[in-house]
Amino acid sequence: MAVQAPAAPAPARPLVSGASVRNLIRRPETGALIGTVSVFVFFAIFGGQQFLSSGGTASWLNVAAELGIIAIPVGLLMIAGELDLSVGSVLASSSMTLAIVSGHYGAPMIIGIGAAIALGLLTGFLNGVLVTATNVPSFVVTLATNFGLAGLTLGFSRVITGTTSVAIEPGSPDKELFGTLLADKFEVAVFWWIGVAVVVGWMLHVSRFGNWIFAVGGDTVSARATGISVRNVKIGLFMGSALGAALVGVIQTILYNSAQVANGQSFVFNSIIAVVIGGVLLTGGYGSVVGVVLGTLTFAIVQQGIYYTGWESDWASFILGILLLAAVLMNNTFRRMALSSSTKKKA
Amino acid sequence: MTEPLLKLNAVCKSFGTTDVLSDVSLEVRAGEVLCLLGDNGAGKSTLIKILSGFHEPSSGTMEAGGKKVCFKSPRDASSHGIATVHQFGGTFPLMSIGRSFFVGAEPLKGLWPLRRFDRKLANSIAVREMQALGITRITDGDRLVGGLSGGERQALAIGRAVHFGANVLILDEPTAALGVKEAAHVLRLIMQARQKGIAVVLVTHNVTHAMTVGDHFAVLIRGALAADFHKGERTREEITDLMAGGEAMAELEAEIEAYQLAHHGHTPEPAELERLTHDPSGP
Ligand SMILES: Nc1ncnc2c1ncn2[C@@H]1O[C@H](COP(=O)(O)OP(=O)(O)OP(=O)(O)O)[C@@H](O)[C@H]1O
Ligand SMILES: [Mg+2]
Repeated sequence: MAVQAPAAPAPARPLVSGASVRNLIRRPETGALIGTVSVFVFFAIFGGQQFLSSGGTASWLNVAAELGIIAIPVGLLMIAGELDLSVGSVLASSSMTLAIVSGHYGAPMIIGIGAAIALGLLTGFLNGVLVTATNVPSFVVTLATNFGLAGLTLGFSRVITGTTSVAIEPGSPDKELFGTLLADKFEVAVFWWIGVAVVVGWMLHVSRFGNWIFAVGGDTVSARATGISVRNVKIGLFMGSALGAALVGVIQTILYNSAQVANGQSFVFNSIIAVVIGGVLLTGGYGSVVGVVLGTLTFAIVQQGIYYTGWESDWASFILGILLLAAVLMNNTFRRMALSSSTKKKA
Repeated sequence: MTEPLLKLNAVCKSFGTTDVLSDVSLEVRAGEVLCLLGDNGAGKSTLIKILSGFHEPSSGTMEAGGKKVCFKSPRDASSHGIATVHQFGGTFPLMSIGRSFFVGAEPLKGLWPLRRFDRKLANSIAVREMQALGITRITDGDRLVGGLSGGERQALAIGRAVHFGANVLILDEPTAALGVKEAAHVLRLIMQARQKGIAVVLVTHNVTHAMTVGDHFAVLIRGALAADFHKGERTREEITDLMAGGEAMAELEAEIEAYQLAHHGHTPEPAELERLTHDPSGP
C-alpha cells in the first residue's frame, strides 16, 4: 500500500482568522508594533512636515541606531533573566580607551579599537563570572561594575591625560566605517544596528543557542537539568551586551572626534526601557529581536519627535513613562494569558 | 537479582552547618518504581538533586551500573541516562512545545555556519511523543507550554525523557497539583515507563498514588532513611504513619496516654486534643 489512509479524519482546521489572531497575540512583538505605529502617527500629526522630512527621520533613526546596538544584546540578556546596568560605563571606558590609545598616544586606530572592544568584553566576562559564581542578582553586580568602572575611567583619564575629555582624529577608513554621516544626515551606526539585529535575530530565533537563552530565562533549574551550561550562556550574554556598548563607544568617539568620561550613562536605563517597550518580559523567558527593534524605534521617535511639536521636551519623558508602564502591564497580561489559557476542548 | 542502575552508599549532605541528609543508602533498579516518601523538609528533593547531579554529596559514594561515579553537574547525570523533572518545574511555560521538548538537544538542519534549529522536525516529534502518551488533544507543536494543563506538562517531560533514552526517570511530586483524572493519567505514564524497563524514582505525599504504582518504598525522616521496604511488606496504615513522620504520631499517642493517666482514663475532648497537638510544652 503506497498511500496509507488516515485512520480517522484529520481534525478540522480551526477558522483561519481565529488561528492567525491567536498566532498574532502569541507573538511578543505585537504590542511593540502597536506602540511604534501609534507614536509615529501621533508625531506625524503634531510634528508636521518637519518630523516627516528626511532631517526629522534621521534625527530619530540616529538615536535609535546607537540605542539599538546596545538594546538588542541587553534584550537577549533580559530574556535570559538578567539585567546589565554597566553598559553606561562600558561605553565610556571603551570610548576613553580608544581616544587615549589612538588619540593621546597616537597608536594605530586598529589597536585603539581593539583595546576598546577587548576592555568591553573583559568587563562583560567579569559581570558574567561574578553573577554566576556568587548568585548575587545581576542588578546589584552590574550596578557595582557600572560605578567601579566609571571611577576607574575617570581616574585613569585624569592620571594619563590630565583631563576628562580627549580628542582624536580618525582617518580613512575608520571614519567611514564607524563615524560618518551619509547624505549629511544618517549615521553609519544605522547599518551597524541593522547588522546587529540580523545577526542577533538569527542567534535568538534560528540557532540552537537561542533555544538555550529562552530556556535559561524560562526556568534556570530545568535548563540546568537538560544539561545546558547556564553559566556559559550567561557569561556569553553579558559579554554580548558589553560588546554592544563598547561598539557604540567606538562609534561615538570616531563620529564626534573625541571621548568624554561622562558619556553613555543615559544608555543604562534607556536600553532597558526600549527592551521592555519591545515586549520582553522582566521576568525573562520571552521576547524577540524584532520587538526590541520596535521598542527602540518607539523610544527614539518619542524622544526626538517632541522637538518637532514645539512643546517642552519634558513631555517626552512623561510619554515614555506612560509607555513603559503600559508596556509592563501589557506584557504581564500577556504572560498571564499564555500561562492560564488551558487546552481548548474541541468537539 | 540484577545489578542496580544507581546505588547510594552512606550518602550525607549538609548545607553549611545544617545536615539535610545523613547516611542514606539506596538502590534504584531497572523496571522498578521507587517511591520516596517523607514529610515536608525531610530531604526528598535534596536526595534527588544528588541523584541528578545538582548537588554533590558531602560524604558517601554513588555507583551507576556497578561503577563508582561522581556527578559534577546535571550534564554528567544525563549522560548516565538519568532524567529529572523537578518540583514546580520541568518545563518552560513561555516556550513552544517543540522548542522546550528539545532544549539542550536541538535537531539542526542546514550547513555550517548557517546550521539552524529544525522547528518542523522538533514540533512533529514532540507532538508524536505526546500523542504516544495518550495526549491526543495536542496537535500543534508551536503552542506554548504554559497553555497546557499540569498533567499534559508532566507528559511532555516524561515523553522527553523516554525519547532521549533515559534509563532512570526521577519525578519530584508530579501529581501534586493535579486533579484526580490528570493524576491517574500521570500514574499510568509512570507504569508505561516502568514497563519499558525504566527505573522510576517518584516523590509523592499521596499514599494512594504511592501504593498504586510503587514497587519499592523509602521513607525519609529528617534526612535519615527511616524505612526501606518492598511492595506488600507494610500495610497502608503503617505507610501513612511513616509518611506523617512516624514518631510524630507516636509522640501524640504518648501524650494522649499521659493525659488519660492524669485524667482518670478520660480521653481528651477534641478541643483539648487540638491544644495538645499544637502546644509542644504539653500538660
Ligand atoms: N540549598 C540549600 N541550602 C540550605 N538548606 C537547604 C538547601 N536546600 C534544602 N535545604 C533544607 O534542607 C531541608 C530538606 O529540604 P528538601 O527540599 O529536600 O525537602 P523535601 O523533602 O523535598 O520537602 P517537600 O516535601 O516540602 O518538598 C529543608 O529543611 C531545607 O530548608
Ligand atoms: Mg521537595
